[in-house]
Amino acid sequence: MGEPCLLHFFLSFPEKIPGIILLEMAVNGAVTWLRRAGEMDGYGLSASDTEEVHVLAVDDSHVDRKVIERLLKITSCKVTAVDSGRRALQFLGLDDEKEASNGLDGLKVDLIITDYCMPGMTGYELLKKVKESSVFREIPVVIMSSENVITRIDRCLEEGAEDFIVKPVKLSDVKRIIDCMMTDLREGGERRGINKRKLRDDSEDRSSTAPCSPTTTTVDSPTRRLKMTSFEEHVFSNKN
Amino acid sequence: MDLVQLQRQLVEYRTSLYHEGFLDEQFTQLQELQDENNPDFVVEVVSLFFEDSERLLNELTKALEQQSIDFKRVDAHVHQLKGSSSSIGAQRVQKVCIAFRNYCEEQNVEGCLKCLQQVRHEYSLVKTKLESMFQLEQQILSAGGSIPM
Repeated sequence: MGEPCLLHFFLSFPEKIPGIILLEMAVNGAVTWLRRAGEMDGYGLSASDTEEVHVLAVDDSHVDRKVIERLLKITSCKVTAVDSGRRALQFLGLDDEKEASNGLDGLKVDLIITDYCMPGMTGYELLKKVKESSVFREIPVVIMSSENVITRIDRCLEEGAEDFIVKPVKLSDVKRIIDCMMTDLREGGERRGINKRKLRDDSEDRSSTAPCSPTTTTVDSPTRRLKMTSFEEHVFSNKN
Repeated sequence: MDLVQLQRQLVEYRTSLYHEGFLDEQFTQLQELQDENNPDFVVEVVSLFFEDSERLLNELTKALEQQSIDFKRVDAHVHQLKGSSSSIGAQRVQKVCIAFRNYCEEQNVEGCLKCLQQVRHEYSLVKTKLESMFQLEQQILSAGGSIPM
């Protein structure tokens, strides 16, 4: 799975580790990170709520909510599942009636994973609202959709989505997302603001298969390389 | 029937469901998410699928009975049904939904009605088969055995 690479990364670049990080191997082989104290670049997480990754899952389908919840729990995440974009915003404290509040002690969301096609507010609209918020824009947002339409994927990535999963969602998809998220956290958010679209033209991206290999550059993130490879696989495979 | 026979019967039955296209690898995914701490996961998800599907099939019937059919609405329901069938691996239901959506796009009433009939049929088949499979599993568990993978 790449754990030796991760350890090698830390040994080579000790200055990249903010605070204290404990690495724990979960039984199923997924890498679980426990972060304690210290300031994590760009995320400002405090000791009280960082024992587990807290994911806000948004999907109007009852079936899909149940599945994504289970997938996330298996990946050792804490999950809050809601059935609409509106409820997601309410949970975040970002709904229209009041201003964004930071006062959700212990309810800090580390990742939002949302369906694209939902009645009322779509996942894309939810993504935009999150990215427009000064308080919540740093939260990574992943879009799920049964349709692997390139224009849709592009739109979402350009609006700041972290990744795009084609449904039906598998455990490997969720593991990849969580692993990459952890890598990004470790890299301290260096890649914020970089245009992800640009990297699609880099043919070097397609050849990479290593999950989270160490890198010395700041622009070409290994996690983005992985994402591009994966979603292009989805795009070019015959899924419907 | 003794335990070993029951277990063999289950494996054969399950294999046939895949072979005949009723289930695909997504169903296997769901089974892999089940464990001793979550022993009813698959049954729970499938039950939600049954509930959702029945509601959607009723909505579709109503929508297609209208004088002036709202194809966008019909399509929205089919899209949901396609999604949930895909999520549990009910492949034959999903396939009919794909054809159904094409007819919606063409605003083809005949085609839609035909697909509605087909999807009802496929749904009813997969429901019966999954229920039989769950029953077999229950028998095995009641006999003190474990479900073979």
